[in-house]
Amino acid sequence: MAESKYDVIIIGGGPAGLSAGLYAARARLKTLLVEKGAVGGMIINAALVENYPGFPDGVSGFDLTEAMHKQAIKFGMEMLSAEVTGLKVDGKNKVITTPEGDFSAGAVIIAGGSERQKLDVPGEAEYTGKGVSYCATCDGAFFRDKVVAVVGGGNAAVTEALEITRFASKVYVIHRRHELRATKVVQEKAFAEKKIEFIWDTVVTAVIGEAFVKKIKLRDVNTNKESELAVDGVFVNVGSQPATGYLKGILALDANGAITVNDKMETSVPGIFAAGDIRSGSIRQTIGAAGDGAVSAVNAAKYLGE
Amino acid sequence: MSKPVEIEEARFDDAVLKATIPVLVDFWAPWCGPCRMVAPIVDELSGEYDGKVSFYKVNVDDNRKIANKYGVMSIPTLIIFKNGAPVGNIVGFRPKPELKKSLDAALAG
Repeated sequence: MAESKYDVIIIGGGPAGLSAGLYAARARLKTLLVEKGAVGGMIINAALVENYPGFPDGVSGFDLTEAMHKQAIKFGMEMLSAEVTGLKVDGKNKVITTPEGDFSAGAVIIAGGSERQKLDVPGEAEYTGKGVSYCATCDGAFFRDKVVAVVGGGNAAVTEALEITRFASKVYVIHRRHELRATKVVQEKAFAEKKIEFIWDTVVTAVIGEAFVKKIKLRDVNTNKESELAVDGVFVNVGSQPATGYLKGILALDANGAITVNDKMETSVPGIFAAGDIRSGSIRQTIGAAGDGAVSAVNAAKYLGE
Repeated sequence: MSKPVEIEEARFDDAVLKATIPVLVDFWAPWCGPCRMVAPIVDELSGEYDGKVSFYKVNVDDNRKIANKYGVMSIPTLIIFKNGAPVGNIVGFRPKPELKKSLDAALAG
């Protein structure tokens, strides 16, 4: 069992937390990383990360973060599998609460990332695993020669749509706006792909099926006209929300619930830092998260030395 | 310590459906990140439930028929079988305590 007193506690085991862990451990700080789910964070769902420097042929999100994890462990970072439910500040001492007990540290780096948003419509929960999916890399192959809808217009959504074209006969991309937010390179690929058809200015209002998904209900956001679309699968990728529920009233958050930081990744509380997708202004990219992790750990080390 | 055994279509009926103790089958594929995250947890469980539950893995890439038969459309999916019938179904990555709870519930039911 892990000891309860550390120099640095990192909350979240994605690229931000793992990079922070690497830098903190190499600074010879006693470091604990706490992760509630899968180490690697959201990027483990990506089959191929093509924009992380150093990998000209791309690298899978799993392989990339597994290597980051090994690297941090090698230098002495400790791990705890638990969900952090509270954070208390007692002067220089910070205490986190988990089902495995309380742990304290001089500095805390919050790198808990964001939670995938759901459609929040009737039928979505019922048909999860029966046609509704949140991971194209995992589930795309079950839709060989089938018709699927991808909901969302960001990088992750459009990349997923492209991935599914390897299997599906037809991929609808349903987006509530009139243009994509995805990177231009990704957009160009999607517009050139014959299997992809875009349905603009439209939201999904229900998922309907029997044993498996049969169709979805759509609503045009301009005209409010409703329609139905026959599909075998629905891949949901409508963005994410910073996982800061337990931090309200403790740290300053922006209007979206992301943690406000300065350029040292310092939050409104001295000795508490934030890194990656959870902090305000994040570019929400693996490289950004890794960079934030390093910045936060270097400044946490400085803070502890003061 | 016992480890989950990889099985194919040909052996599925004998190993899983005719088993005398409950069986957990981990449907996975090498391309699936969350499957690779859940694998070490399933390994640990197979040690902890040694003698009480048999553990098998089905690579859905090579065994599409079994995946289809049990309606697997999302991986990782863990299906718990008792007396030849599925009694529990866990879709997606779950942390170990949650998996244990689901497994215990299926065994008790």
